[in-house]
Amino acid sequence: MSVSIPYAMTAELTHRCPLHCVYCSNPLELQKRESELTAQEWIDVFEQAGDMGIVQVHLTGGEPLLRPDLNELVVHARESGLFLNLITSGVGMTERRIRQLARSGIDSVQLSVQAPEAGLADTIAGTKAHEHKERAAKWIRAAGLPLHMNAVLHRQNIHLVEDLIELCASWGADRLELANAQYYGWALLNRRQLLPTRDQLIAAEAAFARAKERFGHRIELIWVIPDYYEDYPKPCMGGWGNLSLTVTPDGTVLPCTAASGIKSMKFESVKERRLKWIWEESASFNAYRGFDWMAEPCRNCEHRFRDFGGCRCQAYLLTGDPSRADPVCARSPHHRLVTEALPSESEFDPLQRPSYSYRGK
Amino acid sequence: MKWELTERIRIRAPARMKFDKARQTDMLLLPERVVRLNPTAGAILWLCDGERTVARMIEDLETKYNQTNLQPDILAFLTEAIGRGWVEICP
Ligand code: SF4
Ligand code: SF4
Repeated sequence: MSVSIPYAMTAELTHRCPLHCVYCSNPLELQKRESELTAQEWIDVFEQAGDMGIVQVHLTGGEPLLRPDLNELVVHARESGLFLNLITSGVGMTERRIRQLARSGIDSVQLSVQAPEAGLADTIAGTKAHEHKERAAKWIRAAGLPLHMNAVLHRQNIHLVEDLIELCASWGADRLELANAQYYGWALLNRRQLLPTRDQLIAAEAAFARAKERFGHRIELIWVIPDYYEDYPKPCMGGWGNLSLTVTPDGTVLPCTAASGIKSMKFESVKERRLKWIWEESASFNAYRGFDWMAEPCRNCEHRFRDFGGCRCQAYLLTGDPSRADPVCARSPHHRLVTEALPSESEFDPLQRPSYSYRGK
Repeated sequence: MKWELTERIRIRAPARMKFDKARQTDMLLLPERVVRLNPTAGAILWLCDGERTVARMIEDLETKYNQTNLQPDILAFLTEAIGRGWVEICP
Protein backbone atom coordinates (compact mmCIF):
# COMPACT_ATOMS: atom_id res chain seq x y z
CA MET A 1 0.00 0.00 0.00
CA SER A 2 1.30 3.45 -0.80
CA VAL A 3 2.16 5.58 2.18
CA SER A 4 1.35 9.30 2.21
CA ILE A 5 3.64 12.06 3.45
CA PRO A 6 2.54 13.44 6.83
CA TYR A 7 1.69 17.12 7.16
CA ALA A 8 1.76 17.68 10.90
CA MET A 9 3.47 16.55 14.05
CA THR A 10 2.26 16.97 17.61
CA ALA A 11 5.30 17.29 19.86
CA GLU A 12 4.44 16.57 23.48
CA LEU A 13 7.49 18.23 24.97
CA THR A 14 6.65 17.21 28.53
CA HIS A 15 3.80 15.63 30.44
CA ARG A 16 4.46 17.89 33.41
CA CYS A 17 1.78 20.53 33.88
CA PRO A 18 0.90 23.04 36.58
CA LEU A 19 -2.77 22.38 35.85
CA HIS A 20 -4.74 19.24 36.69
CA CYS A 21 -7.64 19.53 34.27
CA VAL A 22 -10.27 16.87 34.83
CA TYR A 23 -10.85 16.58 31.07
CA CYS A 24 -7.18 16.16 30.19
CA SER A 25 -6.68 13.55 27.47
CA ASN A 26 -3.10 12.81 28.48
CA PRO A 27 -2.51 9.20 29.54
CA LEU A 28 -3.04 8.13 33.13
CA GLU A 29 0.61 7.08 33.34
CA LEU A 30 2.17 10.48 32.86
CA GLN A 31 5.78 10.34 31.77
CA LYS A 32 8.36 11.63 34.23
CA ARG A 33 10.85 14.41 33.68
CA GLU A 34 13.77 11.93 33.71
CA SER A 35 12.41 10.14 30.66
CA GLU A 36 11.96 13.29 28.54
CA LEU A 37 13.95 13.74 25.34
CA THR A 38 16.82 16.20 25.66
CA ALA A 39 16.91 19.43 23.66
CA GLN A 40 19.38 17.83 21.26
CA GLU A 41 17.11 14.84 20.72
CA TRP A 42 14.11 17.09 20.00
CA ILE A 43 16.14 19.21 17.61
CA ASP A 44 17.08 16.05 15.73
CA VAL A 45 13.40 15.00 15.61
CA PHE A 46 12.40 18.40 14.16
CA GLU A 47 15.10 18.11 11.51
CA GLN A 48 13.93 14.62 10.54
CA ALA A 49 10.34 15.88 10.48
CA GLY A 50 11.19 18.74 8.12
CA ASP A 51 13.15 16.42 5.84
CA MET A 52 10.30 13.94 5.48
CA GLY A 53 7.77 16.64 4.51
CA ILE A 54 6.14 17.58 7.80
CA VAL A 55 5.39 21.29 7.62
CA GLN A 56 3.53 22.04 10.82
CA VAL A 57 4.34 21.30 14.44
CA HIS A 58 2.09 21.67 17.46
CA LEU A 59 4.23 22.19 20.54
CA THR A 60 2.21 20.86 23.41
CA GLY A 61 2.33 18.73 26.53
CA GLY A 62 1.51 18.89 29.38
CA GLU A 63 2.66 22.46 29.51
CA PRO A 64 5.43 23.16 26.99
CA LEU A 65 6.46 26.33 28.85
CA LEU A 66 7.81 24.07 31.60
CA ARG A 67 10.72 23.23 29.30
CA PRO A 68 13.38 25.83 30.05
CA ASP A 69 14.95 25.02 26.68
CA LEU A 70 11.76 25.80 24.75
CA ASN A 71 13.26 28.83 23.05
CA GLU A 72 16.22 26.82 21.79
CA LEU A 73 13.83 24.17 20.43
CA VAL A 74 11.80 26.85 18.65
CA VAL A 75 14.86 28.37 17.00
CA HIS A 76 15.93 25.00 15.60
CA ALA A 77 12.46 23.83 14.63
CA ARG A 78 12.02 27.03 12.65
CA GLU A 79 15.35 26.42 10.93
CA SER A 80 13.91 23.08 9.83
CA GLY A 81 11.21 25.03 7.97
CA LEU A 82 8.35 24.16 10.32
CA PHE A 83 5.28 26.28 11.09
CA LEU A 84 5.11 26.38 14.89
CA ASN A 85 1.96 26.45 16.93
CA LEU A 86 2.37 26.67 20.71
CA ILE A 87 -0.47 25.11 22.71
CA THR A 88 -0.39 26.39 26.26
CA SER A 89 -2.35 26.98 29.44
CA GLY A 90 -0.51 30.31 29.74
CA VAL A 91 0.85 29.33 33.13
CA GLY A 92 4.59 29.94 33.13
CA MET A 93 4.30 32.68 30.53
CA THR A 94 5.83 36.09 31.09
CA GLU A 95 5.74 39.04 28.77
CA ARG A 96 9.44 38.70 28.11
CA ARG A 97 9.27 35.00 27.40
CA ILE A 98 6.50 35.16 24.83
CA ARG A 99 8.15 38.11 23.10
CA GLN A 100 11.35 36.11 22.82
CA LEU A 101 9.48 33.03 21.57
CA ALA A 102 7.76 35.13 18.92
CA ARG A 103 11.11 36.49 17.79
CA SER A 104 12.55 32.99 17.70
CA GLY A 105 9.84 31.75 15.36
CA ILE A 106 6.61 30.76 17.10
CA ASP A 107 3.94 31.42 14.46
CA SER A 108 0.78 31.09 16.51
CA VAL A 109 -0.40 30.37 20.02
CA GLN A 110 -3.40 28.50 21.27
CA LEU A 111 -4.35 29.48 24.81
CA SER A 112 -6.74 27.31 26.81
CA VAL A 113 -9.45 28.56 29.11
CA GLN A 114 -11.59 26.37 31.37
CA ALA A 115 -14.62 28.55 32.17
CA PRO A 116 -15.77 32.17 31.90
CA GLU A 117 -15.02 32.97 35.55
CA ALA A 118 -12.14 32.19 37.88
CA GLY A 119 -14.02 30.17 40.50
CA LEU A 120 -15.32 27.49 38.18
CA ALA A 121 -12.27 27.61 35.90
CA ASP A 122 -9.93 26.93 38.81
CA THR A 123 -12.13 24.10 40.07
CA ILE A 124 -11.91 22.42 36.66
CA ALA A 125 -8.16 23.01 36.38
CA GLY A 126 -7.57 21.93 39.98
CA THR A 127 -5.40 24.97 40.59
CA LYS A 128 -5.46 28.76 40.44
CA ALA A 129 -4.67 29.59 36.85
CA HIS A 130 -7.52 31.60 35.37
CA GLU A 131 -6.43 35.08 36.38
CA HIS A 132 -3.02 34.66 34.89
CA LYS A 133 -4.55 33.70 31.55
CA GLU A 134 -5.98 37.15 30.99
CA ARG A 135 -2.51 38.61 31.29
CA ALA A 136 -1.10 35.87 29.06
CA ALA A 137 -3.68 36.75 26.41
CA LYS A 138 -2.58 40.37 26.51
CA TRP A 139 1.11 39.48 26.21
CA ILE A 140 0.50 37.10 23.31
CA ARG A 141 -1.16 39.89 21.35
CA ALA A 142 1.43 42.43 22.39
CA ALA A 143 4.08 40.08 20.98
CA GLY A 144 2.35 40.43 17.61
CA LEU A 145 0.96 36.90 17.62
CA PRO A 146 -2.63 36.07 16.75
CA LEU A 147 -4.57 34.92 19.79
CA HIS A 148 -6.31 31.62 19.28
CA MET A 149 -8.14 30.15 22.23
CA ASN A 150 -9.74 26.87 23.09
CA ALA A 151 -12.16 25.66 25.73
CA VAL A 152 -13.11 22.07 26.42
CA LEU A 153 -16.83 21.70 27.05
CA HIS A 154 -18.43 19.28 29.49
CA ARG A 155 -21.25 19.07 31.98
CA GLN A 156 -19.90 21.77 34.31
CA ASN A 157 -19.36 24.50 31.73
CA ILE A 158 -21.38 23.67 28.63
CA HIS A 159 -24.27 25.91 29.73
CA LEU A 160 -21.82 28.83 29.70
CA VAL A 161 -20.96 28.73 26.01
CA GLU A 162 -22.05 32.30 25.33
CA ASP A 163 -20.18 33.63 28.35
CA LEU A 164 -17.07 31.79 27.20
CA ILE A 165 -17.34 33.39 23.78
CA GLU A 166 -17.87 36.84 25.34
CA LEU A 167 -14.85 36.38 27.54
CA CYS A 168 -12.52 35.27 24.75
CA ALA A 169 -13.74 38.05 22.47
CA SER A 170 -13.09 40.59 25.23
CA TRP A 171 -9.56 39.25 25.61
CA GLY A 172 -9.02 39.87 21.90
CA ALA A 173 -9.15 36.30 20.59
CA ASP A 174 -9.19 35.98 16.79
CA ARG A 175 -10.44 32.42 17.03
CA LEU A 176 -12.05 30.23 19.62
CA GLU A 177 -12.43 26.50 19.42
CA LEU A 178 -15.20 25.12 21.61
CA ALA A 179 -14.39 21.45 21.80
CA ASN A 180 -16.67 19.01 23.48
CA ALA A 181 -14.58 16.74 25.68
CA GLN A 182 -13.18 13.61 24.08
CA TYR A 183 -13.09 10.63 26.38
CA TYR A 184 -9.48 9.52 26.61
CA GLY A 185 -7.04 9.48 29.49
CA TRP A 186 -8.22 11.48 32.48
CA ALA A 187 -11.40 12.52 30.71
CA LEU A 188 -12.44 8.87 30.39
CA LEU A 189 -11.77 8.40 34.09
CA ASN A 190 -14.07 11.36 34.81
CA ARG A 191 -16.61 10.50 32.15
CA ARG A 192 -19.55 10.20 34.53
CA GLN A 193 -18.90 13.70 35.82
CA LEU A 194 -18.18 15.21 32.43
CA LEU A 195 -20.69 13.90 29.89
CA PRO A 196 -23.39 16.51 29.37
CA THR A 197 -27.03 15.54 29.09
CA ARG A 198 -28.77 15.71 25.73
CA ASP A 199 -30.81 18.72 26.86
CA GLN A 200 -27.65 20.54 27.86
CA LEU A 201 -26.13 19.82 24.50
CA ILE A 202 -29.16 21.02 22.54
CA ALA A 203 -29.25 24.25 24.55
CA ALA A 204 -25.50 24.77 24.02
CA GLU A 205 -25.76 24.26 20.27
CA ALA A 206 -28.50 26.87 20.13
CA ALA A 207 -26.41 29.26 22.22
CA PHE A 208 -23.46 28.71 19.91
CA ALA A 209 -25.58 29.44 16.83
CA ARG A 210 -26.86 32.66 18.45
CA ALA A 211 -23.37 33.82 19.31
CA LYS A 212 -22.07 33.01 15.85
CA GLU A 213 -24.74 35.21 14.40
CA ARG A 214 -24.08 38.02 16.86
CA PHE A 215 -20.28 38.04 16.55
CA GLY A 216 -20.15 37.59 12.79
CA HIS A 217 -16.60 37.93 11.55
CA ARG A 218 -15.26 39.52 14.73
CA ILE A 219 -14.11 36.15 16.04
CA GLU A 220 -13.83 32.85 14.23
CA LEU A 221 -15.87 30.32 16.18
CA ILE A 222 -15.37 26.59 15.86
CA TRP A 223 -17.60 23.93 17.36
CA VAL A 224 -16.19 20.45 17.87
CA ILE A 225 -19.05 17.99 18.22
CA PRO A 226 -19.38 15.49 21.06
CA ASP A 227 -19.10 12.16 19.29
CA TYR A 228 -20.99 10.26 22.01
CA TYR A 229 -24.16 11.95 20.79
CA GLU A 230 -23.54 11.26 17.11
CA ASP A 231 -24.78 8.31 15.06
CA TYR A 232 -21.55 8.02 13.13
CA PRO A 233 -17.99 8.39 14.37
CA LYS A 234 -15.57 11.20 13.66
CA PRO A 235 -13.06 10.66 10.82
CA CYS A 236 -10.37 10.27 13.44
CA MET A 237 -7.00 11.76 12.45
CA GLY A 238 -8.12 11.67 8.82
CA GLY A 239 -7.19 8.00 8.96
CA TRP A 240 -4.54 6.13 10.93
CA GLY A 241 -1.01 7.01 9.76
CA ASN A 242 -2.34 9.23 7.01
CA LEU A 243 -1.87 12.92 7.86
CA SER A 244 0.02 13.33 11.11
CA LEU A 245 1.91 11.77 13.97
CA THR A 246 2.61 12.45 17.64
CA VAL A 247 5.90 12.23 19.51
CA THR A 248 5.49 11.81 23.27
CA PRO A 249 7.91 13.28 25.84
CA ASP A 250 10.10 10.15 25.88
CA GLY A 251 10.25 9.88 22.09
CA THR A 252 7.55 7.29 21.49
CA VAL A 253 5.91 7.87 18.11
CA LEU A 254 2.14 7.48 17.91
CA PRO A 255 -0.36 7.73 15.05
CA CYS A 256 -2.60 9.75 17.39
CA THR A 257 -2.10 11.45 20.77
CA ALA A 258 -4.53 9.04 22.43
CA ALA A 259 -2.87 5.91 21.04
CA SER A 260 -0.66 5.31 24.09
CA GLY A 261 -3.91 4.09 25.66
CA ILE A 262 -3.88 1.07 23.32
CA LYS A 263 -2.02 -1.34 25.58
CA SER A 264 -2.20 -4.20 23.10
CA MET A 265 0.14 -2.42 20.67
CA LYS A 266 3.84 -1.70 20.70
CA PHE A 267 4.98 1.70 19.47
CA GLU A 268 8.47 2.62 18.27
CA SER A 269 10.75 5.33 19.64
CA VAL A 270 12.85 7.98 17.94
CA LYS A 271 15.63 6.78 20.22
CA GLU A 272 15.85 3.56 18.24
CA ARG A 273 14.52 4.33 14.80
CA ARG A 274 14.39 7.13 12.27
CA LEU A 275 11.07 8.99 12.19
CA LYS A 276 10.65 8.25 8.49
CA TRP A 277 11.13 4.53 9.05
CA ILE A 278 8.57 4.54 11.86
CA TRP A 279 6.07 6.37 9.65
CA GLU A 280 6.58 4.19 6.60
CA GLU A 281 7.63 0.77 7.87
CA SER A 282 6.63 0.19 11.47
CA ALA A 283 3.99 -2.40 12.32
CA SER A 284 2.12 0.09 14.51
CA PHE A 285 1.69 2.70 11.77
CA ASN A 286 0.74 0.11 9.18
CA ALA A 287 -1.70 -1.75 11.41
CA TYR A 288 -4.76 0.34 10.50
CA ARG A 289 -3.70 2.09 7.33
CA GLY A 290 -6.11 1.94 4.45
CA PHE A 291 -9.14 -0.33 4.60
CA ASP A 292 -7.92 -3.94 4.45
CA TRP A 293 -7.76 -4.34 8.23
CA MET A 294 -11.45 -3.65 8.64
CA ALA A 295 -13.94 -6.25 9.84
CA GLU A 296 -17.71 -6.02 9.62
CA PRO A 297 -19.65 -3.74 9.85
CA CYS A 298 -17.01 -1.36 8.43
CA ARG A 299 -15.60 -3.68 5.77
CA ASN A 300 -18.50 -3.17 3.39
CA CYS A 301 -19.91 0.06 4.74
CA GLU A 302 -20.37 2.95 2.34
CA HIS A 303 -19.16 5.42 5.01
CA ARG A 304 -15.72 3.88 5.43
CA PHE A 305 -13.97 6.27 3.03
CA ARG A 306 -15.31 9.20 4.99
CA ASP A 307 -14.84 8.14 8.62
CA PHE A 308 -12.21 5.34 8.33
CA GLY A 309 -14.24 3.33 10.83
CA GLY A 310 -13.80 6.04 13.47
CA CYS A 311 -11.26 6.11 16.25
CA ARG A 312 -9.00 3.09 16.91
CA CYS A 313 -8.23 4.32 20.42
CA GLN A 314 -11.90 4.61 21.31
CA ALA A 315 -12.56 1.14 19.84
CA TYR A 316 -9.84 -0.25 22.08
CA LEU A 317 -10.78 1.68 25.21
CA LEU A 318 -14.43 0.67 25.03
CA THR A 319 -14.35 -2.80 23.43
CA GLY A 320 -10.79 -3.99 24.11
CA ASP A 321 -10.01 -4.43 20.40
CA PRO A 322 -8.64 -1.54 18.32
CA SER A 323 -9.66 -3.16 15.03
CA ARG A 324 -13.38 -2.98 15.73
CA ALA A 325 -15.72 -0.26 14.52
CA ASP A 326 -15.69 2.78 16.79
CA PRO A 327 -18.61 2.00 19.16
CA VAL A 328 -19.88 5.53 18.66
CA CYS A 329 -21.23 4.17 15.38
CA ALA A 330 -24.87 3.12 15.51
CA ARG A 331 -23.94 0.15 13.29
CA SER A 332 -21.37 -1.15 15.78
CA PRO A 333 -22.51 -4.23 17.73
CA HIS A 334 -20.97 -2.49 20.77
CA HIS A 335 -22.86 0.76 20.35
CA ARG A 336 -24.68 0.30 23.65
CA LEU A 337 -21.34 0.85 25.44
CA VAL A 338 -21.73 4.46 24.36
CA THR A 339 -25.47 4.93 24.73
CA GLU A 340 -25.47 3.36 28.18
CA ALA A 341 -22.82 5.83 29.32
CA LEU A 342 -25.00 8.81 28.45
CA PRO A 343 -26.52 10.44 31.51
CA SER A 344 -30.28 10.76 31.81
CA GLU A 345 -31.79 14.12 32.72
CA SER A 346 -33.01 12.80 36.06
CA GLU A 347 -29.56 11.61 36.99
CA PHE A 348 -28.19 15.11 36.54
CA ASP A 349 -28.26 17.27 39.63
CA PRO A 350 -26.66 20.67 39.01
CA LEU A 351 -26.28 21.32 42.72
CA GLN A 352 -24.35 18.20 43.45
CA ARG A 353 -20.61 18.77 43.53
CA PRO A 354 -18.81 16.39 41.19
CA SER A 355 -16.13 14.17 42.65
CA TYR A 356 -13.33 14.40 40.12
CA SER A 357 -10.11 12.50 39.65
CA TYR A 358 -7.72 15.38 39.05
CA ARG A 359 -5.04 14.80 36.44
CA GLY A 360 -1.71 13.98 38.07
CA LYS A 361 -2.90 14.52 41.63
CA MET B 1 -15.17 42.98 -4.97
CA LYS B 2 -13.84 46.06 -6.76
CA TRP B 3 -10.09 46.13 -7.27
CA GLU B 4 -7.71 49.08 -7.50
CA LEU B 5 -4.73 47.93 -9.51
CA THR B 6 -2.44 50.16 -7.49
CA GLU B 7 -3.12 48.20 -4.31
CA ARG B 8 -0.53 45.95 -2.73
CA ILE B 9 -1.37 42.54 -1.35
CA ARG B 10 0.38 40.53 1.29
CA ILE B 11 0.00 37.15 2.93
CA ARG B 12 -2.06 37.63 6.06
CA ALA B 13 -0.05 36.86 9.20
CA PRO B 14 0.45 34.35 10.65
CA ALA B 15 0.04 32.45 7.37
CA ARG B 16 3.26 31.67 5.54
CA MET B 17 4.18 30.34 2.13
CA LYS B 18 6.49 27.40 1.76
CA PHE B 19 7.81 25.41 -1.14
CA ASP B 20 7.80 21.86 0.12
CA LYS B 21 10.65 19.83 -1.29
CA ALA B 22 9.23 16.46 -0.28
CA ARG B 23 6.04 16.99 -2.31
CA GLN B 24 7.46 19.46 -4.83
CA THR B 25 4.51 21.80 -4.28
CA ASP B 26 3.78 25.21 -2.85
CA MET B 27 1.92 25.24 0.43
CA LEU B 28 0.25 27.86 2.52
CA LEU B 29 0.80 27.19 6.20
CA LEU B 30 -1.81 28.32 8.71
CA PRO B 31 -2.15 27.65 12.44
CA GLU B 32 -4.84 25.01 12.14
CA ARG B 33 -4.39 23.85 8.59
CA VAL B 34 -2.09 23.36 5.66
CA VAL B 35 -3.23 24.23 2.15
CA ARG B 36 -1.62 22.42 -0.74
CA LEU B 37 -1.64 24.87 -3.63
CA ASN B 38 -1.87 24.14 -7.31
CA PRO B 39 0.94 25.69 -9.38
CA THR B 40 -1.01 28.80 -10.46
CA ALA B 41 -2.37 29.53 -6.99
CA GLY B 42 1.16 29.16 -5.66
CA ALA B 43 2.58 31.46 -8.33
CA ILE B 44 0.06 34.18 -7.49
CA LEU B 45 0.51 33.91 -3.73
CA TRP B 46 4.30 34.08 -3.94
CA LEU B 47 3.85 37.50 -5.57
CA CYS B 48 1.70 38.75 -2.69
CA ASP B 49 4.77 40.23 -1.05
CA GLY B 50 3.31 43.55 0.08
CA GLU B 51 5.55 45.39 -2.39
CA ARG B 52 4.25 44.61 -5.84
CA THR B 53 1.06 46.35 -6.91
CA VAL B 54 -1.76 44.24 -8.30
CA ALA B 55 -1.01 45.66 -11.74
CA ARG B 56 2.58 44.54 -11.45
CA MET B 57 1.54 41.08 -10.27
CA ILE B 58 -0.64 40.65 -13.33
CA GLU B 59 2.15 41.83 -15.58
CA ASP B 60 4.65 39.44 -13.98
CA LEU B 61 2.30 36.49 -14.24
CA GLU B 62 1.42 37.24 -17.86
CA THR B 63 5.12 37.31 -18.64
CA LYS B 64 5.76 34.13 -16.69
CA TYR B 65 3.00 32.17 -18.42
CA ASN B 66 3.42 33.97 -21.73
CA GLN B 67 -0.28 34.86 -21.85
CA THR B 68 -2.47 37.93 -21.93
CA ASN B 69 -5.83 38.65 -20.34
CA LEU B 70 -5.04 36.94 -17.05
CA GLN B 71 -6.44 39.87 -15.07
CA PRO B 72 -9.98 38.51 -14.50
CA ASP B 73 -8.72 35.13 -13.27
CA ILE B 74 -6.11 36.66 -11.01
CA LEU B 75 -8.55 39.12 -9.48
CA ALA B 76 -11.11 36.37 -8.96
CA PHE B 77 -8.51 34.28 -7.17
CA LEU B 78 -7.37 37.20 -5.01
CA THR B 79 -10.96 37.95 -4.04
CA GLU B 80 -11.40 34.38 -2.94
CA ALA B 81 -8.07 34.38 -1.09
CA ILE B 82 -9.13 37.48 0.83
CA GLY B 83 -12.42 35.81 1.72
CA ARG B 84 -10.56 32.83 3.10
CA GLY B 85 -8.25 35.05 5.11
CA TRP B 86 -5.11 33.99 3.23
CA VAL B 87 -4.11 37.45 2.02
CA GLU B 88 -4.95 41.04 2.82
CA ILE B 89 -4.68 44.45 1.20
CA CYS B 90 -1.81 46.46 2.65
CA PRO B 91 -3.06 49.49 4.60
S1 SF4 C 1 -5.57 19.72 29.60
FE1 SF4 C 1 -4.99 20.86 31.44
S2 SF4 C 1 -3.84 19.37 32.68
FE2 SF4 C 1 -3.94 18.55 30.59
S3 SF4 C 1 -2.06 19.25 29.65
FE3 SF4 C 1 -3.66 20.75 29.15
S4 SF4 C 1 -3.47 22.31 30.76
FE4 SF4 C 1 -2.36 20.51 31.47
S1 SF4 D 1 -19.81 0.83 10.18
FE1 SF4 D 1 -17.70 1.53 10.28
S2 SF4 D 1 -17.34 2.64 8.36
FE2 SF4 D 1 -19.58 2.41 8.61
S3 SF4 D 1 -20.23 4.30 9.61
FE3 SF4 D 1 -19.84 2.80 11.25
S4 SF4 D 1 -17.70 3.13 11.85
FE4 SF4 D 1 -18.01 4.16 9.86
